[in-house]
Amino acid sequence: MYDIAIIGAGVTGAMIARKLSAYNLKICVLEKEEDVSMGASMANSGIVHAGFDAVSGTLKAKLNVKGSEMMPQIASELGVPYKNNGSLVVGKGSDDFQTIKELYERGIKNGVKNLQLITSREDLLRIEPNINDDFDCGLYAPTGAIVCPYTLTIQAIGNAMDNGTELKLGFEVKKISCDNGIYSIVSDKETVQAKYVINAAGLFADEIARMAGDDSFKITPRKGEYMLLDKECSSLVTTTVFAVPTKMGKGILVTPTTHGNIILGPTSVDIEDKDNKATTQEGFDIISKQAKERVKNVPFGKTITSFCGLRAVGDTGDFIINSNLPRFINVAAIESPGLSASPAIAEYVADMLADMGIKMTQKADYDPYRKPYNYFTKLTNEEKNELIAKDPDYGKIICRCETVTKGEIKDAMLRNPKPTSIDGIKRRTRASMGRCQGGFCYPHIIEIISEMLNIPYENVTKFGGESFINLGKIKEDV
Amino acid sequence: MKTTDLVIIGGGPAGMSAAVAAYESGVKDILILERDSSLGGILQQCIHNGFGLHKFSEELTGPEYAARYEARVKELKIPYKLNTMVLEINQNKEVTAINSEEGIFTIQAKAIILAMGCRERPKGALNISGTRPSGIFTAGTAQKFVNMMGYMPGKSVVILGSGDIGLIMARRMTLEGAKVKAVCELMPYSGGLERNIEQCLRDFDIPLKLSCTVAEIHGKDRLEGVTIANVDKNRCIIPETKEYIECDTLLLSCGLIPENELTKACGINIDRITNGADVDQNRETSVEGIFACGNVLHVHDLVDNVSEEAETAGKGAAEYILNRKNKSASIRVKTDGKVRYCVPQRITDIGDTTLFFRVSDIYKDVKIIVKDGEKEIFSRKKQKVAPGEMESIMLKGDILTEVDSGEITVGLEKLQ
Repeated sequence: MYDIAIIGAGVTGAMIARKLSAYNLKICVLEKEEDVSMGASMANSGIVHAGFDAVSGTLKAKLNVKGSEMMPQIASELGVPYKNNGSLVVGKGSDDFQTIKELYERGIKNGVKNLQLITSREDLLRIEPNINDDFDCGLYAPTGAIVCPYTLTIQAIGNAMDNGTELKLGFEVKKISCDNGIYSIVSDKETVQAKYVINAAGLFADEIARMAGDDSFKITPRKGEYMLLDKECSSLVTTTVFAVPTKMGKGILVTPTTHGNIILGPTSVDIEDKDNKATTQEGFDIISKQAKERVKNVPFGKTITSFCGLRAVGDTGDFIINSNLPRFINVAAIESPGLSASPAIAEYVADMLADMGIKMTQKADYDPYRKPYNYFTKLTNEEKNELIAKDPDYGKIICRCETVTKGEIKDAMLRNPKPTSIDGIKRRTRASMGRCQGGFCYPHIIEIISEMLNIPYENVTKFGGESFINLGKIKEDV
Repeated sequence: MKTTDLVIIGGGPAGMSAAVAAYESGVKDILILERDSSLGGILQQCIHNGFGLHKFSEELTGPEYAARYEARVKELKIPYKLNTMVLEINQNKEVTAINSEEGIFTIQAKAIILAMGCRERPKGALNISGTRPSGIFTAGTAQKFVNMMGYMPGKSVVILGSGDIGLIMARRMTLEGAKVKAVCELMPYSGGLERNIEQCLRDFDIPLKLSCTVAEIHGKDRLEGVTIANVDKNRCIIPETKEYIECDTLLLSCGLIPENELTKACGINIDRITNGADVDQNRETSVEGIFACGNVLHVHDLVDNVSEEAETAGKGAAEYILNRKNKSASIRVKTDGKVRYCVPQRITDIGDTTLFFRVSDIYKDVKIIVKDGEKEIFSRKKQKVAPGEMESIMLKGDILTEVDSGEITVGLEKLQ
């Protein structure tokens, strides 16, 4: 029996788990996929929004500004790549400037610090030299930042696990019942019992709530397609460049990632199917058209991959964080700025739990720190040599493009939450995430997985399930 | 810091051939750095025949071809380090590398030869829409699984791109019992060698669909199928020609990219078309004493040409180390567009000079011409030229002496 079961190991569930793992509580995180951070937390822009965009007075506005302020410290504790690169909304003409002024005023109302109105092209170019010719005004938010969203999620769950939280992967909730104040959460494999349930199931939060008897909201998937450019293009922009928002949303942004790539996107299309993560020709067209409008000489030829994420959009326009059933908390509709808000959401939920009467005493031995992944290249040569002397696998480069050593991959496989697939290793160590996209390192990564998990080479998958890389040995059918 | 006269980065056909040539030209203090666990580079996985027709007048397999050079390297006792990856080179010719035994170490070289080869263009660079299942590989990765590791990456295959590796893998997968349903080529012609189209596709009744591409990828976990479609003149998909093909594997043979990360980081000038260094007739780059050869310089069709180019670079590096001559000329080699690129891009010493080039389209009944300003200094008739086959011409030293504009242009003209 657990005190708390958290359904969903996206960034929301992960940050809540980490927050609660500081207390003397027995916690379990349930995730239907084979790894954590498999939904919107994996495929998003990685922006820590300054907080001028959310409508004042909403939970989004309140938690965004607070969460962004908390993010640097959390990222540093968890060894997560974070960079305070600043955000820049670019506009042209008086209509745009009017909207920008409204954003500025809204930002001030929301408590965003150091916002600067930009009224000339020269000032715009001083911040971002590649902005297209006719842009002449903007809003600069120096507190805007970028963070690696899946590393944040993985490290938050890992840190929660270091502090005693359990994680059950491949746990797809099929049924929820409540007897005598105890919730039973049922999957095909097992049943988990808990006194409190936190529903952080992302796209599926409405279905989870319904299983428990709460039919109060609906989640609609909204597609967001992205293109990722080679690190060679890293000088294209340094800030996160936004368009002036319209009724259609925030538009396509152009931003560096914490790893030095440039990301373009997202599109914004409401769909029905919660599994439809296919990219589209229309998506590519919209991204390239809008990115080109705002930034000069976008090198689309340097695209290394494209992908699609699904935002969990609610029916209220705001985050849905409430409790309509006893000891059952919905943390739903965490669309943008959900990543930015996630540290504050975790505190908010902890306060709700405290209000519900759960006893929250600090763990004496709580440790908020995590060793980073993908650390080898950041060491000095002396430190590298020390490491190689201890374990020669650190002298073996597996991924050439991102310079990832066998030592780091092995280390990542031994640390919670443990990856079991190529993509799991990719998200942790960056092996196969570079410009050749695994062309050279797949055969070697498979070897390491096969060796470490003691499974046959041909049983290794890209991301679990039936995503096998090889379909057997040669000559098997002959 | 350890010093070595000549450091060669890469122990594939280019690196080995350059090492042998440099040694035979009098430089004995050589070190080859190879990231793989044996010499031979990509030839190790090319177990088909057809290598060495020009060099040895024999049809060898890739490993056999590599073995000849490896034997020579060993015979000459040229030192090499395996499992060693070069992390950085700089203009002072310091080479920093890493391996398990020595950790990170730096070598001061008098000259460096870049022979890192090339890599395949991955799926992500092609912007194919659809899902992201497993079962999509570059042809070379699939070749490694089948030929080196002994595994079958798929059983029912569509191949996008008709580069040579794609054609070779169409045959290879078929011989291993897989069904290759189609080879789709975006261009109206194949980028592969004619002999490979004959021997790898026609002999096995594998359809080659020209002006055709993969429009969409289907499948959740493993690939379940692809939608293919014809493209128009502008390479845009014609929607009404869309056709679904069920398959569990998509192999990509959509071009090779020279691996010039070290080169670029060192500040060496890169040719925008070849994606390799801008070199002179000795294959010396814009940084004195740093040479480049093989597929890192420009992508070759035949390993025989790689070996030959590497010999040029090896001799050039030896000359640089032993008795540096003053540069006697400065001629830029330009192209007219119909000729896409030409290597070398510069001539700095007058002598008989062979120019290697590729054309940008299929042209029939043409004249290859070289001009000095408006003056034609060389011409040769050619029945057919194609992007998939590298061409070469030899310009005599006495012709080059006469060049007075400081640049020559290699081009094509239609025969009347």
